[in-house]
Amino acid sequence: MGSHPVLVNVVTRRTAFALLLWLSASGNALAQAELVGTWAPRNTEDVSRDSYPVDYLGLPLNDEGRLRALSYNEAQLAMIEHQCEGWAPVYFVQGPFGLKIWSDTEAVKGGTISFTIGAWEDRAPMTIWMDGRPHPSEYAEHTRGGFTTGRWEGDALVTYTTHMKAGFLRKNGPPQSDQATMTSRFWRHGDILTVLAVVDDPIYLAEPHIVTKSFQLATVPMLPIGPPCVTGFEGKRPGESTPHYLPEKNPFVDELTTLWHLPKAAVVGEVETLYPEYRKKIKATYVPLEPCKRDCGATPPR
Amino acid sequence: MRASHAFLIGALVSAVALAAPAPAGAQGRGGPPPTAKASAPIDLTGYWVSVVNEDWRYRMVTPAKGDYRGVPITLEALTIVNAWDPKADDAAGTQCKSYGAAAIMRVPGRLHITWQDDNTLRVDTDAGVQSRLFTFAAAPAPAGAATWQGTSAARWERPGRGNPAVRAGSLNVVTTNMRAGYLRKNGVPYSESAKVTEYFDLSPMPSNGQLIVVTTVVDDPKYLLQQFIVSSQFRKEADGSKWDPTPCSSTW
Repeated sequence: MGSHPVLVNVVTRRTAFALLLWLSASGNALAQAELVGTWAPRNTEDVSRDSYPVDYLGLPLNDEGRLRALSYNEAQLAMIEHQCEGWAPVYFVQGPFGLKIWSDTEAVKGGTISFTIGAWEDRAPMTIWMDGRPHPSEYAEHTRGGFTTGRWEGDALVTYTTHMKAGFLRKNGPPQSDQATMTSRFWRHGDILTVLAVVDDPIYLAEPHIVTKSFQLATVPMLPIGPPCVTGFEGKRPGESTPHYLPEKNPFVDELTTLWHLPKAAVVGEVETLYPEYRKKIKATYVPLEPCKRDCGATPPR
Repeated sequence: MRASHAFLIGALVSAVALAAPAPAGAQGRGGPPPTAKASAPIDLTGYWVSVVNEDWRYRMVTPAKGDYRGVPITLEALTIVNAWDPKADDAAGTQCKSYGAAAIMRVPGRLHITWQDDNTLRVDTDAGVQSRLFTFAAAPAPAGAATWQGTSAARWERPGRGNPAVRAGSLNVVTTNMRAGYLRKNGVPYSESAKVTEYFDLSPMPSNGQLIVVTTVVDDPKYLLQQFIVSSQFRKEADGSKWDPTPCSSTW
């Protein structure tokens, strides 16, 4: 009997603590959105951006990034060490494919340990750790998929990616350094998922690169994509020189200017070209295009 | 010890009160529902500039006549695409066809977002000098004559099943009653039957500043085979010093 007040105190405190934890957790859970499933691309924006060797439209490259990009020769992909390296994590937003997202769930309480955005054969999977673990040491290994943590802000999932290997922002050579980080947000609105990715790279970008894309919830699951990449001989032997272009020697630098009358500053990703003032600047000198004759769009059904 | 219990119980009661969703429209005891402005979960007001990282050659310059890549148009729309005649639009006084509600967020320029009144959010654009009114109202406004910017019904989307303690959310806007216009400057059309659904989301930038991301979904039974979905981003500016009203143009 003498210990009763102490017991009451302990029980009250523990109950209060548990209730507060529950309230905090349930409030958070109520604010979350379900992201698990297959999200289909619609590809009604951002078409034809990496089909040309020099098309850095919309990229805020700095001088070093531009120099590096213009030195890139796609024949590097024939080298055995580059064949399976894949693209940087930002390609999950920038590429033409959909997203398959699943979660790893804690067995007893059902909390989310992580989300995973499935791989394609040319992009590593992205695991988003939701369990509060810290990012590794700055000296830890960098991987193709990087290291990503996530948290909820309201019903938006906010993720932060570090420890990415050096790679490319786009498939045609604009570089991304291993110092780059990526912050993403996932907003779900009904059956639409809009993803914002902001790549910050102190080495190659004049300002953060912003890319957004919307996906639609699919009723049919996305099938596993392709076999694992397997290297093979494609004409380049180990020890041979790396295909590249010397400064001022890239033969494709004027291709889009010729084809679509686009100013060179925009084609090579100068940061001023991303803003409306630039549109006014080029208005007087822009030469209108002749009517489109080929690759004008998908022919509608009759 | 009693004081300790009282403190814990008090803390619990406060926590429950904070976490429990408030009944819709409730404020105080029997008071009027909070206005859209007062209950805004995010602050979209201010000056914002387009960051054209996407679809550069369709937005920053006028694409070639007949180029509709990426837009899922119908055969009927293709006829209009191939007949695009900016001089005819000039002659008809319809130079603003590519500045309508279905396209305006994609036009490079600046937004000035303000509260016109407690339940109407106003979005002005310097490109094309357009004004959009997002009306938060229980009943839709009576539809008058169709306009470039149409009639927009707005509502806040709140996470946590409307829990006002969670200060986050999105703006959802549905626009109808528009004049027929162009999704792109070069005459890729949307019809007067189109409906535009938009979501405005806010994000801080990693270093500093803020972004609005606008997801635009265009439904058009006449000219689109499926929804046309684009997302556009705007960076916040400190003031309106770069605001540059520019009239509609049919060619640029």
